Amino acid sequence: MAAKLKLEIVTPDGQVYAREVDSVYLPGADGELGILPQHAPLMTLLGSGEIVARRGPEEDRILVTKGAAEITGDKVSVLTVFATDEADVDVTKAEEARARAEARLKEKLSPEETSLVQASLAHSLAQLKFKRRRQRK
Amino acid sequence: MGSTRNIRRRIRSVKNTAQITKAMQTVAASKMRKAQDAALNGRPFAAQAIRLLANAARSLDDYEHPLLEVRPVRKRAVILLTTDKGLCGGLNANLMREASHYDRDTTLFIGAGKKGAQFIARTGRRLAAEFSLEDNPTFGDAQAVARAAKDLFLQGEVDQVEVLFPRFVNTLHQQPERLPLLPMESLWEEELKDSPDADAKTTPVDYLFEPSPGEVMSAMLRSFLDFQILQLLLETKASEHSARMVAMKNATENADQLIKDLTLTYNKIRQADITTELLDISVAQLAIN
Repeated sequence: MAAKLKLEIVTPDGQVYAREVDSVYLPGADGELGILPQHAPLMTLLGSGEIVARRGPEEDRILVTKGAAEITGDKVSVLTVFATDEADVDVTKAEEARARAEARLKEKLSPEETSLVQASLAHSLAQLKFKRRRQRK
Repeated sequence: MGSTRNIRRRIRSVKNTAQITKAMQTVAASKMRKAQDAALNGRPFAAQAIRLLANAARSLDDYEHPLLEVRPVRKRAVILLTTDKGLCGGLNANLMREASHYDRDTTLFIGAGKKGAQFIARTGRRLAAEFSLEDNPTFGDAQAVARAAKDLFLQGEVDQVEVLFPRFVNTLHQQPERLPLLPMESLWEEELKDSPDADAKTTPVDYLFEPSPGEVMSAMLRSFLDFQILQLLLETKASEHSARMVAMKNATENADQLIKDLTLTYNKIRQADITTELLDISVAQLAIN
């Protein structure tokens, strides 16, 4: 089938991904979701994990933490605060981000701020985990 | 000879002013580039967030949430976004002119940016909260403003919240704009009205929701409101630095022109003085002979 999905990932810093793909795996809040073209319209919250986009033999992996996704038959729009392309994962940067987030958590913060910092911490931890797994392979 | 000294002094003082405005222009120009980038990069996210909410809300007809509650409008709150500092041309004045159209008795103001808060205090309007607006607004700043607005709305103090902010059009142009914010439905109705994407308006799709409609909606409503405000703060900053850059550029150019004119006058007077002196000498010489 020639049907394709258009995958769009947008963060507050701009659009990070926009491509035609064959299938998408999303880390839903309650578990992984596999999306093929012609999927029923769906809105879902995202947890922390990887978005895997398949284009023929190729695969793009983007790490995300928290967010929401809208799925229609031909399009997947992902809105998230933290998205990092697999290629851009940088251990030192992630370590720094983790240290910064941990330091911020010790300060006095409003509830909303705390949740954002926690998400940022989760995102840097996810990046580190991802890198470690890659190295083992 | 006295007047040449006066003119020389004026030229020197105008030169100093030009130096200062020139420096401020350079600073504003570099901040402007950063602020404009931030505002433009944030736009897709803000637009997508509104579209997502609109689609979800249309698919859930009977969903209720305190932030969506539509009440008859007796009182409203206006978030007035201005700059902290002046010297940015007519930017703040335009916003304040717009702000003065609101009814004095039924409008509460939330001032973000000192200039706006000062204006409200000066004209005897009611100020519910005041925030200062630093360079590089953070998510935390946006949340503080959002929380003030949400509290007023949820406690029933006001029935509607609007934002008055300078929308960044381009470096030379910033447009004061009113945007309804709460109840949140008005936000996407307003935005979708001028969206080019026509099918978004006409076809409500029945979405499935994961984990549940209520959870998805309330999570999206809460976080997207904050991001919406953040985007407006970024727009304000981009407008501020653009307006200041242009204002300072004009000031520098005016000063340079003034220096040119003064120098011309100075030289004319100097030459006239020399001519008079020469005449004196020649006349004296003639008289002796």
